[in-house]
Amino acid sequence: MAAIIDIKGITKTFGDFRALDGVDLQVAEGEIVVIIGPSGSGKSTLIRCINQLEEHDGGTITVDGHAVQKGADLTAIRTELGMVFQSFNLFPHLSVLRNVALAPVRVRGLSWADAEARARKLLERVGLKDHIEKYPAQLSGGQQQRVGIARALAMEPKVLLFDEPTSALDPEMVGEVLDVIQQLAKTGVTMMVVTHEMGFARKAANRVVFMDAGRIVEQGPPDTLFDAPRDERLRNFLNAVLSH
Amino acid sequence: MSFFDAFLNWDVFVQTLPLLVSGLTITISLGLCAIILGLAGGLLLALLRLYGPAPLRQIAIAYIDIFRAIPLLVLLVVIYYALPFAGLRLTPFTSATMALSFVSAAYSAEIFRAGIEGVPKGQFEAARALGLSAYRRMSDIILPQAVKLVIPPITSNSINVFKDTALASVVAMPDLLKQATQAQALSANPTPLISAALIYIALLLPLVRLVGIFERRLAAKGR
Ligand SMILES: Nc1ncnc2c1ncn2[C@@H]1O[C@H](COP(=O)(O)OP(=O)(O)OP(=O)(O)O)[C@@H](O)[C@H]1O
Ligand SMILES: [Mg+2]
Repeated sequence: MAAIIDIKGITKTFGDFRALDGVDLQVAEGEIVVIIGPSGSGKSTLIRCINQLEEHDGGTITVDGHAVQKGADLTAIRTELGMVFQSFNLFPHLSVLRNVALAPVRVRGLSWADAEARARKLLERVGLKDHIEKYPAQLSGGQQQRVGIARALAMEPKVLLFDEPTSALDPEMVGEVLDVIQQLAKTGVTMMVVTHEMGFARKAANRVVFMDAGRIVEQGPPDTLFDAPRDERLRNFLNAVLSH
Repeated sequence: MSFFDAFLNWDVFVQTLPLLVSGLTITISLGLCAIILGLAGGLLLALLRLYGPAPLRQIAIAYIDIFRAIPLLVLLVVIYYALPFAGLRLTPFTSATMALSFVSAAYSAEIFRAGIEGVPKGQFEAARALGLSAYRRMSDIILPQAVKLVIPPITSNSINVFKDTALASVVAMPDLLKQATQAQALSANPTPLISAALIYIALLLPLVRLVGIFERRLAAKGR
């Protein structure tokens, strides 16, 4: 299996601070990779370098054969990558339907009619059929995040990037969003998911990656990683996460 | 002579009304031209200042600072009375439109910049992550939200531009104020001036109220 995302030795500093300190990661097509780690370990930065919301300083990133670097055709790369944000970042001035249909029209060149038909289907799939004419502010957090997922899917990306998709949600809404993500995982789309939801990681992931201080410390299948963690930092992290 | 005969003389009012109306037409055209050009220029300057390449950004900053520092009346007089010495002779209307919109553009630029900077960072990121072009990010995502944020200060600024059109009477522009002064001289009665003042108020008072309403509405949204 060819790696659809190929990260080699990337580094990223903010001022004097090394947020990424030489990260290597290959993600195969169709693979579900969950990234865990303590706050500040560089999980978001890693995800955000892949679609260049942050520019890495060193190392190389390849997405589906395209080199991700300064001056590259970022549009071509970003259309292969759907991103779902912790804080949803829906467009508040556009209806739910428009939120989902906009990028296919503006980036892929679909007609509004085609894009809206596609958006309707996706919104139905995430259980929001009755809300397409509403505005984001009229929806609950869980509903907004499902719109966020539909918006990312509308571009038919090869890879979905999730940065803590449920961390901003009230506890009773976490389940509905994780259910949608888990359904997606079964469709064969490649996913990288940063999350603190260990139950979800165990169920959905093919591989779990543990980061600490800007490096990947340990990785493996969820059962191995959770049941037989080798690195002490991972053991401490799991103890802290699972004990509360 | 009674108060009404002196200040609100009906006959004088009726006699001088055509003059006032012709002045009003010019004031309104001048105001609208200056406001529209000022807004367009302001938006362009704000975008250059925020996203332009380094030299253009510096030029935008210099422009914005200089045109907020120069008194409008001085600029107007320079354009109308000094430029002819450089071989550039402009009509009063053109001179006044230029002076008003040059200055208004500088103020509008700062207002638009604040509006664009007031749009949450996540909106820029979501738009970039979707692959939208720089133009589309602005036109479809950022500006609609930024403009909504700055409607009150932009309306305020537009009111100021409209009021400042009265300065154009200095360069012999037959605007409302100039015509009213003329009419007063002809009729030897201040009624036309009082009428002009009332017309300015009648035109702008609703807009001033509107700003108040916009501001309260924004505040109620908890911004
Ligand atoms: N724009 C920035 N400027 C300065 N420092 C930053 C910036 N973005 C991230 N950092 C720093 O880089 C480090 C890694 O941040 P990152 O957001 O990747 O961590 P994370 O693993 O996602 O943490 P969390 O679980 O809290 O989201 C943190 O120490 C953070 O303070
Ligand atoms: Mg993070």
